[in-house]
Amino acid sequence: MHSPVEQFTIKVLFALNLFGYDVSFTNSSLFMVLTVLASVVFLALAIRPAALIPGRMQGLAEMLYEFVADMVRSNVGNEGRPYFPVIFTLFMFVLFSNLLGLIPYSYTTTSQIVVTFAMALTIFLGVTLIALVKHGFHFFSFFVPSGAPKALIPFLVIIEVISYFVRPVSLSVRLFANMLAGHTMLKVFAGLAVMIASAGGVAAAGSVLPLIAIIGLTGLEVLVAVLQAYVFTILTCMYLNDALHLH
Amino acid sequence: MDVEAAKMIGAGIAVLPLLGVGLGIGNIFSSLVNSIARNPSARDAVFGIGILGFALTEAIALFALVVALLMLFAL
Repeated sequence: MHSPVEQFTIKVLFALNLFGYDVSFTNSSLFMVLTVLASVVFLALAIRPAALIPGRMQGLAEMLYEFVADMVRSNVGNEGRPYFPVIFTLFMFVLFSNLLGLIPYSYTTTSQIVVTFAMALTIFLGVTLIALVKHGFHFFSFFVPSGAPKALIPFLVIIEVISYFVRPVSLSVRLFANMLAGHTMLKVFAGLAVMIASAGGVAAAGSVLPLIAIIGLTGLEVLVAVLQAYVFTILTCMYLNDALHLH
Repeated sequence: MDVEAAKMIGAGIAVLPLLGVGLGIGNIFSSLVNSIARNPSARDAVFGIGILGFALTEAIALFALVVALLMLFAL
């Protein structure tokens, strides 16, 4: 029987070597391409004949758009409007890769720390650059909490600086660990079902119990997939808000 | 002590933060139920914040889990 973490192994589909770097097309890259294609095709089909009275598909696309637009409006305000496209793209990418990963035999790209960390680091660098360009040297006042007693300020600055630089780590590990833990849990229960079934005889009927558990857990995983896409996006909005308004 | 045994014990200790996370998630949902019961019309506004708090707290549990898995499989 396969181990529960076998689903995360990266398989090379075509080997490719560019300037001494290994840039092979792997199953992870394939699913990233599929995620982008799925979200683009879904949105394009949904608004193909953009009707005044939306149908089911268009309604769903409008709901997603409104959901993210509302999130940006309430967390960043009007200044966040130019950043809406990137936040919406981020939300659709994370949502679709989480949901595609739930299909049996598919691959979850967001369960790889390298994918989520690359996204989180890009967000972190972008947000810091926006803050530096907008506020210049004044940006560093972000690390000094207002209204704190003078004696405490050196310690608070250290804590604030650490918590600022931990942001990309916590943002990426949250998404990756949720996906990794959820998928491992599903496979552990599946392995239990196979183990009980292979006992044979009357005992094999007991394998129905872990199967029922898997059905419930799959529902939970759909919830987690949507929730983590939401959390990833809303935290990006909050970081952007900090960058634009400091405190 | 055998290194294998030490890894297993370490992985077990690494998931102790689950105690705090359990308390935290319980606290979040008890406050959520309390606030919705006191003011049912605030449900839509409060529910999103509650779920966000749940996801942030749950992440701590998963950090612990990642540390445990690293100890078991990566070290």
